[in-house]
Amino acid sequence: MDFKLNDEQRMLEETVGRLVRDGYPFDAREKARTSELGYSTQMWQQFAELGLLGVPFAEDFGGFNGGGPELMVVAEGFGRGLVLEPYLATVVLSGTLIDALGNDAQKESLISAIVGGELRLALAAYEPEGRYDHTHVATQAEKQGDSYVISGRKAVVLHGDSADKLVVIARTGGETRGREGLSAFVVDADASGVSRRGYETIDGLRAAEIHFDNASGELLGEEGGAADALEASLALGIVALCAEAAGAMEVACDQTLAYIKERQQFGVAIGKFQALQHRMVEMRMELEKARSMTILAACSLDAAPQVRAKRLAAAKAIIGKSGRKVAEEAIQLHGGMGMMEETAVSHYAKRIVMIDHQLGDLGYHMQMLESLLDVDEDAA
Amino acid sequence: MDINYTPEELAFRDEVRSFLDNKLPKDIASKVKNGQHLGKDDTVRWQKILNEQGWMAMHWPVEHGGTGWSPIQKHIFEEECAEYGAPTVLPFGVNMVAPVIIKFGTEEQKQTYLPKILNSDVWWCQGYSEPGAGSDLAGLKTKAVREGDHYIVNGQKTWTTLGQHADWIFCLVRTDPNAKKQEGISFLLIDMETPGITVRPLITLDGEHEVNEVFFDDVKVPVENLVGEENKGWTCAKYLLTFERTGIAGVGQSKAALKHLKTVARQVQQNGKPLIEDPLFRNRLADVEMELMALEMTNLRTVAAAQAGGVPGAESSFLKIMGTELRQEITDLFRRAAGPYAQPFLPESFEADYDGESVGPDFANTVSAKYFNMRKLSIFGGSNEIQKNIIAKMILGL
Ligand SMILES: Cc1cc2nc3c(=O)[nH]c(=O)nc-3n(C[C@H](O)[C@H](O)[C@H](O)COP(=O)(O)OP(=O)(O)OC[C@H]3O[C@@H](n4cnc5c(N)ncnc54)[C@H](O)[C@@H]3O)c2cc1C
Repeated sequence: MDFKLNDEQRMLEETVGRLVRDGYPFDAREKARTSELGYSTQMWQQFAELGLLGVPFAEDFGGFNGGGPELMVVAEGFGRGLVLEPYLATVVLSGTLIDALGNDAQKESLISAIVGGELRLALAAYEPEGRYDHTHVATQAEKQGDSYVISGRKAVVLHGDSADKLVVIARTGGETRGREGLSAFVVDADASGVSRRGYETIDGLRAAEIHFDNASGELLGEEGGAADALEASLALGIVALCAEAAGAMEVACDQTLAYIKERQQFGVAIGKFQALQHRMVEMRMELEKARSMTILAACSLDAAPQVRAKRLAAAKAIIGKSGRKVAEEAIQLHGGMGMMEETAVSHYAKRIVMIDHQLGDLGYHMQMLESLLDVDEDAA
Repeated sequence: MDINYTPEELAFRDEVRSFLDNKLPKDIASKVKNGQHLGKDDTVRWQKILNEQGWMAMHWPVEHGGTGWSPIQKHIFEEECAEYGAPTVLPFGVNMVAPVIIKFGTEEQKQTYLPKILNSDVWWCQGYSEPGAGSDLAGLKTKAVREGDHYIVNGQKTWTTLGQHADWIFCLVRTDPNAKKQEGISFLLIDMETPGITVRPLITLDGEHEVNEVFFDDVKVPVENLVGEENKGWTCAKYLLTFERTGIAGVGQSKAALKHLKTVARQVQQNGKPLIEDPLFRNRLADVEMELMALEMTNLRTVAAAQAGGVPGAESSFLKIMGTELRQEITDLFRRAAGPYAQPFLPESFEADYDGESVGPDFANTVSAKYFNMRKLSIFGGSNEIQKNIIAKMILGL
């Protein structure tokens, strides 16, 4: 067992760390957040130049061939800076799905474009009635000639508003809820039959409701065989979200600690009050748990499927639970200042809490864990 | 021992209900129930209706226009108002500055200010907190120097709720910089129109403009606007705080919110079944329900103990903590009920005249903004940590 990062991973950590420190001060983020697009295309180009957009892809495409730990390192750094750019949507969720399912030609054109920073994607998987269940897919795809036409509705598609292309999960067989008969398609976001309603999310990101009305899509992989690959990409997504949360929680803890050391009331720094010291200690314990579970998740992607599922569920559930505590306490210990939009910590709190609403919340993952309670860890 | 309302109390409840049925404007109740924005006009319109009924001033003595209600009646009234979606009465005038004026003010002050407060002709705000004086309120620095028949006020107040609408502000100011902290403070009433006052908005994390900074730059305040004696303002402040904490349990609000939450949980589908059948969610609903029962009984016990008159003492600190934690917990469950639709943020949909389509289910529009906004409950009105300090000291003798 070895918890140290290897040289390459450390370099990656430093690269992201420097980028976030230098390129992501709070006011620059605020400017990007409130811009029409909601993030900075310049920053996106910088990601490309630094090779960050290729982390999970093969070297043939200009990638880094990274796995869970590499994505963890990147996402944790992004969490520290509350990065707004569509990395999760493009690289982690959509890109890895194309990588898993696409044929050589599709990969050649799409993955290379992602790595080069020329293509932004969004994964349109979840549906309005399905909450966090990725197997709840009512959207239908039907073969017409050598392409497919897709109809249905997708909910809260992260960065779906500005994506160039969408990776859409639609049904080519089976019942509305089930793993059988799920297929993945690439659809041009501007294609006829696609209508998008973009909006801001409370944590400063962007998303969209997307309607497909006989929109034409290109199949990825085999018809009806997308479930495994989809679940592998969602697993990567969970690792990235856990790591992002851990990074954001770290900053929320650091800022709170700094604040209670500096803020004077009753003639002393409020950090002198033992009542607050204990609260701060509890926040740090939650952070440690979040870090630990992130590592567990990141290193379990290749475990036996049930073991992987169990650990990821546990990790995301802990993030939901610990994240809420850290976010609420960070606000509380800042007093009125914690409620202010101009105080950075409030933005960290919002992102941390909203991570629980992406790719399954505490309740969803606890249910998952309950169903996997008897899975033997040694089978890893 | 009998935990049931007496026949008189039941009759009173019927009277309140029929009043609310007939007089509470439907448009206002609908805004309250849907968590939409209430304008200044809405609040003032409702408060004028209350005043016509003679029900505006629950905590005042009858001779000044108070209701003369028992604490149990007040409790009934508050609970029914929350159930019907009546706006909470803005406390700053009627429940904060007025009791201070009644207790410490001159006859002239009573005649000048009280009728306008009763009829909501004047909008008051509270100028206590400063950047350096939050929990440690007595550390305030805004100073008032007497020059002839005026005080000259300089300094800054902050977190001033709805100060953007206010006509008047009541302030704690330092009149003796050499005295011990609590002893050099005075209670001043200041017209917001006075030259030298600047109000700057503060935006909260949910994008709302609810609080403000108020700056005082050589503001001339007539000495007759002093309430009580000079340098005895801390007595007024402490007296006011006991009123600030009445109704703090928010039992009515929590009851109404829980009821709404259950309705929502019956509508939202998860795995092809209503969310309310999800064992985890149901468990948390049950948890809130039993906590609410415990809070309600504790509140009633406290209220009944104060039946003899006056307002509850340090016991109200228990109610503040329990009540605010419960209200916050309910907002957490609302955001969970919304699932992924807790994410969209469309502030325009908080307006009653919004005619666009909701992104997710209607109820989900405001859940996250509410969840974050309600973090304030454990911060203001004496933070929950400060309440615990009060209990430790006043009740436990630690
Ligand atoms: C939305 C909102 C509206 C408000 N409206 C008004 C208004 O209209 N008028 C007005 O005058 N004020 C208002 N306030 C101010 C409010 O009363 C203060 O925020 C509150 O008193 C806390 O002060 P602070 O924000 O300076 O926090 P601080 O006092 O700096 O406290 C920071 C943290 O330290 C804790 N702490 C402080 N001292 C101790 C201690 N001795 N032991 C343990 N813990 C401690 C606090 O509980 C808190 O968690 C409002 C605040 C908010 C957030």
